Amino acid sequence: MSLLIVNILDGLVTGLLLFMLCSGLTLIFSMMGVLNFAHASFYMLGAYFAYQISLITGFWLGLIVAPIAVGVIGALIERYGLRRVHKYGHVPELIFTFGLALLIEEVVQFFWGRSQLPYNIPEALDFAAFSIAGNSFPAYKVFMIFIAVGIFITLLYILTKTRIGMTIQAALSYPETVQNLGHNVPLVFMGVFGVGTAMAGLAGVIAGPILGTFPGMAVLLGSIVFVTIVIGGLGSLWGALVASLLIGWIQTFAATYNVRMEDILTSVGFTKPEPVWDSAWQDLWTLTLPQIGPILPYLLMVIVLVFRPQGLFGKRES
Amino acid sequence: MSTSSNSPLTAGTTRLVNLNSVLPWVIAAVALILLPQLFGSRSALTIINQMAITIVFALSYNMLLGQGGMLSFGHAVYMGLGGFFSMHVMNMVEGGLWLPLPLLPIFGGLFGMFFAFLIGSFSTRRAGTVFAMISLGVGELVAACSVIIVIFFGGEEGVSGDRTMGPEVFGWDFGSHEQVYYLTIFWLLIAALGMFLYSRTPIGRIANAVRDNEERAEFLGYSQRNVRWMSFIASGFFAGIAGALFAINYEILTEENLNLATSGTILLVTFLGGVGFFVGPIVGAIVFTLLQTVLGLYTELWGLYLGILFLATVMFFPFGLTGLIAMHIAPWKMGKIGHLVVPYAMLFFPAVLAILSGAAFMEILFHIREAGVGDSEMSLYGITFDSHAIWPMATAIVVFVVSVFIINRLSARVKAAWDEATHTGRAGS
Repeated sequence: MSLLIVNILDGLVTGLLLFMLCSGLTLIFSMMGVLNFAHASFYMLGAYFAYQISLITGFWLGLIVAPIAVGVIGALIERYGLRRVHKYGHVPELIFTFGLALLIEEVVQFFWGRSQLPYNIPEALDFAAFSIAGNSFPAYKVFMIFIAVGIFITLLYILTKTRIGMTIQAALSYPETVQNLGHNVPLVFMGVFGVGTAMAGLAGVIAGPILGTFPGMAVLLGSIVFVTIVIGGLGSLWGALVASLLIGWIQTFAATYNVRMEDILTSVGFTKPEPVWDSAWQDLWTLTLPQIGPILPYLLMVIVLVFRPQGLFGKRES
Repeated sequence: MSTSSNSPLTAGTTRLVNLNSVLPWVIAAVALILLPQLFGSRSALTIINQMAITIVFALSYNMLLGQGGMLSFGHAVYMGLGGFFSMHVMNMVEGGLWLPLPLLPIFGGLFGMFFAFLIGSFSTRRAGTVFAMISLGVGELVAACSVIIVIFFGGEEGVSGDRTMGPEVFGWDFGSHEQVYYLTIFWLLIAALGMFLYSRTPIGRIANAVRDNEERAEFLGYSQRNVRWMSFIASGFFAGIAGALFAINYEILTEENLNLATSGTILLVTFLGGVGFFVGPIVGAIVFTLLQTVLGLYTELWGLYLGILFLATVMFFPFGLTGLIAMHIAPWKMGKIGHLVVPYAMLFFPAVLAILSGAAFMEILFHIREAGVGDSEMSLYGITFDSHAIWPMATAIVVFVVSVFIINRLSARVKAAWDEATHTGRAGS
C-alpha cells in the first residue's frame, strides 16, 4: 500500500514534468498548426544553461535566467527561422523543426561534450521531505510538483482570465479577424512560441538534476512528449494534462511492478518448456512488465489513433 | 508523358520507349559497370555500395515524401525488417535451403511490403501531421520491440550471417567485394527503374494528385486513403530491398537499422537532394555519403556541419540540391545563363572564404576545449598553429565577418541578375 502511494507520487512528478513540455507544445501546435519537433531540445537547452549558470551563481538564479534565455532563443528562432519556412507549408515546417532538433543536439555536444554533466540538486533541497513506511520521498520532487502545478495554474489563469489570454485564444481560431482588429498576430505567435519554449526550458532546469543532463536527454523525452500530446488530442490543454499524468503513471508502475509473463501463462494452464532457450516462444516466456514498460506509451498511442484519430480530448483530426 | 497521344485514335501507337528517357539509364548502367575499373580499391567499393543502398532507401522514402506527400519519421522500420528477414533467410540457406544470393532482395522486399501493408492499413488514413506522428510512434515501437523479441532481432548483438553459403551463380560465391558490388548495382538499377516506372503509372500519378489536393482526388472517385496505402506498400517493398542489400553487404543487422536516427537520416538525405524530382534522392544519397565519409575523415564536427547544411537547405532551398540546379534550366533554355556567370563567379570566393573561416572558428574552439592540457598545436588547411593564441581565432573571425559582409553587398546584384535571367519578356534583354 505504501509503495503504491510512493509510486503514485513518483508518477505524478513524471506526469507533471511531461505536462510542462506538452502544454507549450500543444499551445504552439494549436496556434501555428506546426508540431515543434525541437521542443524537447529546448528542454535540454534549459538544463544545460542552468548547469552553466549554476557553476557561477548556484542553482536558484539558473531557475529564473535559464528559462528566459531559452525563451528568447525560441522566439528568435520563430521570428527568423520558422516564419520563413511557414510559407512553404506544414511539412517543411515540421522538417525544419526536425533539423533544428538535430542541430541543437550537435551544438550542445560541441559546447559541453558528450558525457553527462554533474548538474545536481541544490543543497537546500537535498533531504527527504517525508517517508512512507520506509520509502523516503525527496524534497526536490515536492518542489518539482509545486513548480509544475504553479505553472499550470498561472497558464490557465493567463489564458482564460486576462486580456492577453483572450487575444491568444481568439488568434487561435480566427487569426485574420484578430489581425484586422488591430492586434499584432505575428507578435502573438512569437510570444507564444517564446513562452512555450521557456516552459520547456524550465522543465529542463528542474528535471536536469534528476533525469540527468546529457546530449541524449532530448531524444529520450522527445518522442514521449509527442506521443503524449497525440494521445491527449493535438491542441487540447486538458488532454495534454490527462495524457501526461496517464503516461507518467503507466511508466512508473510498469517500472516497479515486476509482473512476469511466465506467471500469467502458468496460471492460465500452459507449462513452461524446459530449457526455455530452445523454445521458439522464449521471448514470450521471459517477458516482464518492466521490460515492456518503455513501449507502452507507443502502444497506447497506436491504439488511440486507430480507434480515435483525434486523440482523447481532441476536437479535430489534423 | 511522351507515351501519351493527342487523339484517341492514335493512342497506343506512339513509341512506348522513348530514346531520351532510356539514355540516362543506359549511361548510368554502363558507368556503374565500368566504375570498378576506375576505383577498384576495397574501400572505394564499400563506399559505392553504401551509396547504392542509401539511394534505393532514399528513393523509396521519396515515394512517400515527394510523390505521396507523406512525411514519415519511421521509414527505417521497413528497411530494417526487410533486412532482418533477409538475414534469417540467408541463415536458412546456410542450413540447407536452396536459394541463390541474387534472389534474396526479393524476399526482403516482400517482407518490407507485408509490414507496410499491415502498418499502412491504419497509418495512411490521414496525411500530414497525423501520419508523421503515427510513423514516429510505430518506429519507436518497433525499435523498442527489437530489444525484447530476441529470437527475431537477436537482442543487442543483432543477427549476423554468411552470404557465401548459397549455391554459386555463374561460378560466383559472392565472397569478394567486387562480386557483391555487381550484385548491389544490379539491384540498384532494377529498384531505381522499378520506382521510376511506378511513378509514371496511373497509380503513381494519382498519388501526386492526392498529395496536391486530396479533396479533388476524392471527387474524381479515388479514395485518398487507398491511394496513400498503395504508395506506402510499394515504398515498403523497395525499402525492404534496400534492407536486403544491407544484409548482403554488411552481413549483420542490429537495432541501429530500425531506430529513429536511421529514419531521420534518410529524411535528411532525401530532403538535401530534393524531394520534387526523381533524381533528387539519388543526388542526396551520393552527396550525403561523400560528406559523411570525407568530412568524417577530417573533422569530428561533421554532424554539426551537416545539421547546419540541412537547416540552411530547409530555410533557403526547400527544393534541395536538384531544385537548385533545376532553377537554372529556364535561364539556360532562354539562353540567358550568361547573365549569371559573372555574379556567381564574384560570389564564389567570398562564399568559400566564409565557409572555410566559419569552420575554422568552430574547429579552433573545439580544439581548445577537447585537446589535452598543454596540447595547443593544431593544424588546419595545411597550416600549423597554436590554437590558444589569439591571432588564428581573430583571423578566422575577421575573414568570416568580411566575407559575409561582401556576400551581403553582392546579394542585391545577384538578385538583379537573376531577375534579368529569368525575365521572359523582351524588354531590357
